[in-house]
Amino acid sequence: MKLDRYNPGDFYDEVFEAVGKPRPPAGVLVRTLESMPEGELNRRQLAAEKAFLDLGITFNVYNSQSGLERIFPFDILPRIIEASEWDFIERGLRQRIHALNLFLDDIYHDQRIVRDGIVPLELIRSAKGYRKECHGLNPPWGVWCHITGTDLVKDGDGRLYVLEDNIRCPSGVSYVIGNRQVMKRTFPQIFGAMNPRPVEDYPSRLLDMLQFMGQRSGGPPCVAILTPGVYNSAYFEHSFLAQQMGVDLVTGSDLAVRDGYLYMRTTRGFKKVDVLYRRIDDDFLDPRTFREDSLLGVPGLMDVYRAGRVAICNAPGTGVADDKVIYAYVPKIVEYYLGEEILLPNVETYMCWVPGERAYVLEHMAELVIKTANDSGGYGVLIGPHSTKAVLNEWAERIKDNPRNFIAQRTLSLSRSPVIVGDECEGRHVDLRPFVLYGRDIYVMPGGLTRVALKKGSLVVNSSQGGGSKDTWVMPAVPEPLNGHAGGSPGGLSRIGQADGQAHAAAAEPLVQPETPALAKAAP
Amino acid sequence: MLSRVADSIYWMARYIERAENVARYVDVALQSSLDGQKNPGSQWMPLVAAAGDRGMFLEKYGEAMASREGGDAVMRFLAFDQEYPNSIVSCVTKARENARQVRGSLALEAWEHLNKFYHFLISAEARRRAVESPHDFFSEIRTASYLFEGIVESTMSRGEEWNFMKLGRALERADQTSRILDVKYFILLPTPSDVGSVVDDLLWAALLHSVSGYEMFRRRHGRILPEKVVDFLVLDREFPRAVLFCLERAEECLLNLSGTPMGSFRNNAEKQVSRLRANLAYTNVEEVISQGLHEFLDNLQNGLNQVGEGIFETFFALETQSQFQFQQ
Repeated sequence: MKLDRYNPGDFYDEVFEAVGKPRPPAGVLVRTLESMPEGELNRRQLAAEKAFLDLGITFNVYNSQSGLERIFPFDILPRIIEASEWDFIERGLRQRIHALNLFLDDIYHDQRIVRDGIVPLELIRSAKGYRKECHGLNPPWGVWCHITGTDLVKDGDGRLYVLEDNIRCPSGVSYVIGNRQVMKRTFPQIFGAMNPRPVEDYPSRLLDMLQFMGQRSGGPPCVAILTPGVYNSAYFEHSFLAQQMGVDLVTGSDLAVRDGYLYMRTTRGFKKVDVLYRRIDDDFLDPRTFREDSLLGVPGLMDVYRAGRVAICNAPGTGVADDKVIYAYVPKIVEYYLGEEILLPNVETYMCWVPGERAYVLEHMAELVIKTANDSGGYGVLIGPHSTKAVLNEWAERIKDNPRNFIAQRTLSLSRSPVIVGDECEGRHVDLRPFVLYGRDIYVMPGGLTRVALKKGSLVVNSSQGGGSKDTWVMPAVPEPLNGHAGGSPGGLSRIGQADGQAHAAAAEPLVQPETPALAKAAP
Repeated sequence: MLSRVADSIYWMARYIERAENVARYVDVALQSSLDGQKNPGSQWMPLVAAAGDRGMFLEKYGEAMASREGGDAVMRFLAFDQEYPNSIVSCVTKARENARQVRGSLALEAWEHLNKFYHFLISAEARRRAVESPHDFFSEIRTASYLFEGIVESTMSRGEEWNFMKLGRALERADQTSRILDVKYFILLPTPSDVGSVVDDLLWAALLHSVSGYEMFRRRHGRILPEKVVDFLVLDREFPRAVLFCLERAEECLLNLSGTPMGSFRNNAEKQVSRLRANLAYTNVEEVISQGLHEFLDNLQNGLNQVGEGIFETFFALETQSQFQFQQ
């Protein structure tokens, strides 16, 4: 395999600084790949794809009579993140999610942030994810966004930006773990030499968090995952997580509300459920509270939730913070609640509901990325520079009709990473979705899902739009013998015990250490 | 465990067993047709009849295909027809769909094996193999089923899941053995007066081979006599594919599930299975044959259906129970 001809071009490349010059942490990887005989890399790529198929890590292709299943396209060259960069990402995510949780709790209670004139009430009320039914609710421990999958991108200058927060039902974490399993089979030697931080303990941490939300006397709480069913495109992930945690995977019809509690139907009668990790949208949770025509949810569920007899993760109503107009306020939200400057910045965003900004957007559409406020999955996005006059005009009309529903952002020059194309490597744009759990403390899984736009030149990484993924290797922490701060919890974690957070980080420490201590112990 | 999960495990086991049995019958028909039978075409339609789907076959493929030598149409129908609900491919697809819903109850290896089996069956490679070396192909299906059973046997906790799995397998096996006997007996021995007459050893041997029971039969009964074969396949308590053996296992599973002592019952499923098992336990082959084997097997099949209904109403359709049981 010849990588010396790989050209990072005019982009920030995650693996190569320049032609023939890998970034320092990627040195071992590149040297090993170059020593492989011709065709070897391609052979391993095919073997990896077969492994995904055998493991059943597939998604359903909709509207396919033959029940066609595809694997989520996977590229075996890992994306590598240096320890120092990761520490920064981790601190930034903790800060952001801590603040967003305070924001959610506030807007469903006193709305101080509105009264203090930071976020206009109109924007909150008009956000599609805002649920007036959730006003005054007190989810256990004051946590609303238990599971977050923040989308990060890197611009041409190597700076990281947050693209979306995804605090409803983010998916993809099963692919992170699946990718890692397959990579261990694919590159055992490189893996051992580089020792990336482990991700496989995510299900245990998820279970800890979920059980923490449902504490009750007399035995561990009963946790279940609520799925829309086997035909949902993320079904694999739902079943994977249930299986890894050893909890029941339920559909709406397995559940029933009786005498004010939530039960599931078992072979021995009805069994009480304490925590529901739901993977269906708010709209479908309870036909008596939200959409009447929903067959996926459980009639009466919200009454049980209001009475504090079941925990729902994520809490209903979190979607308000996923609104892309609210997103534009996150730097102010962080400052308002935490008194800190935001670490991971937003992409510069223009809100079309503000007349001055709208005028700018309409004038510069061909340079900007325009997004609707409420879509996800790569839908509702117009990339100005890749568009045509006619489409731009059509979007201009839509913006004028409903300015509240549109934002615009500067077109970033997304960073790239090499992928295997036949016997060569070519650069493709990538993003990163780390997963964050908020329970007793905030836990950030090291790495996350690196999504890659496999179509040459494409900026859209979503799997529904021809995207694939890569394994993400966060390099082990470099020991800091002098002023060793463990990189544990950030400042400002006041509400959910800080001491606890540090204890947790310390307990996790041996996982990311190199193997030397164990060897030293074994020696005598 | 969740009722829906129990339901899925039960049906997963049934469908795998069904796929295996279809493979057995087709394979044995293939073998027999190579044995220089006088009328080789006649080997094939009984297979379709055994599954009770003669009408659907004739509608799709026509009379001419039914008697065609080599049986490739029948083979295609029974192995690969995705529209035919009891074809091997349909059964394995449904088994896998059920498995997908109960991944948490299966070891990863069990799922991975079933998944690979499915991907193999829907591949072009499988169709090519079935044509080029059918015997190898059908052996592979059988082996895949054995392997699944073996993985489950050595990895699954002996809890409720296990009992539902074994229950499904035992009932399906009892059903399949009774069906194949019904069809074959009808062809081999049309009237009771033929009992004791000299019959074609080869045909009876083929029947025994189709349930992998040839060797076991020989050791137990020696000479191949029709009534002994019936005795062996229906009333034997040691041969694992005999109907009575399967019913005893099914009864055990149901009693395990509820903790009911042997000889009593607490729900309709237990009542039905114990009654059926007792019927077989307290009869002998002479009675069966004088009553008429076909009628006997017909009643047996009705009994098996009632057991299935009992299981459904006891475990899977919780809402119909008159009073709710609550667990904390």
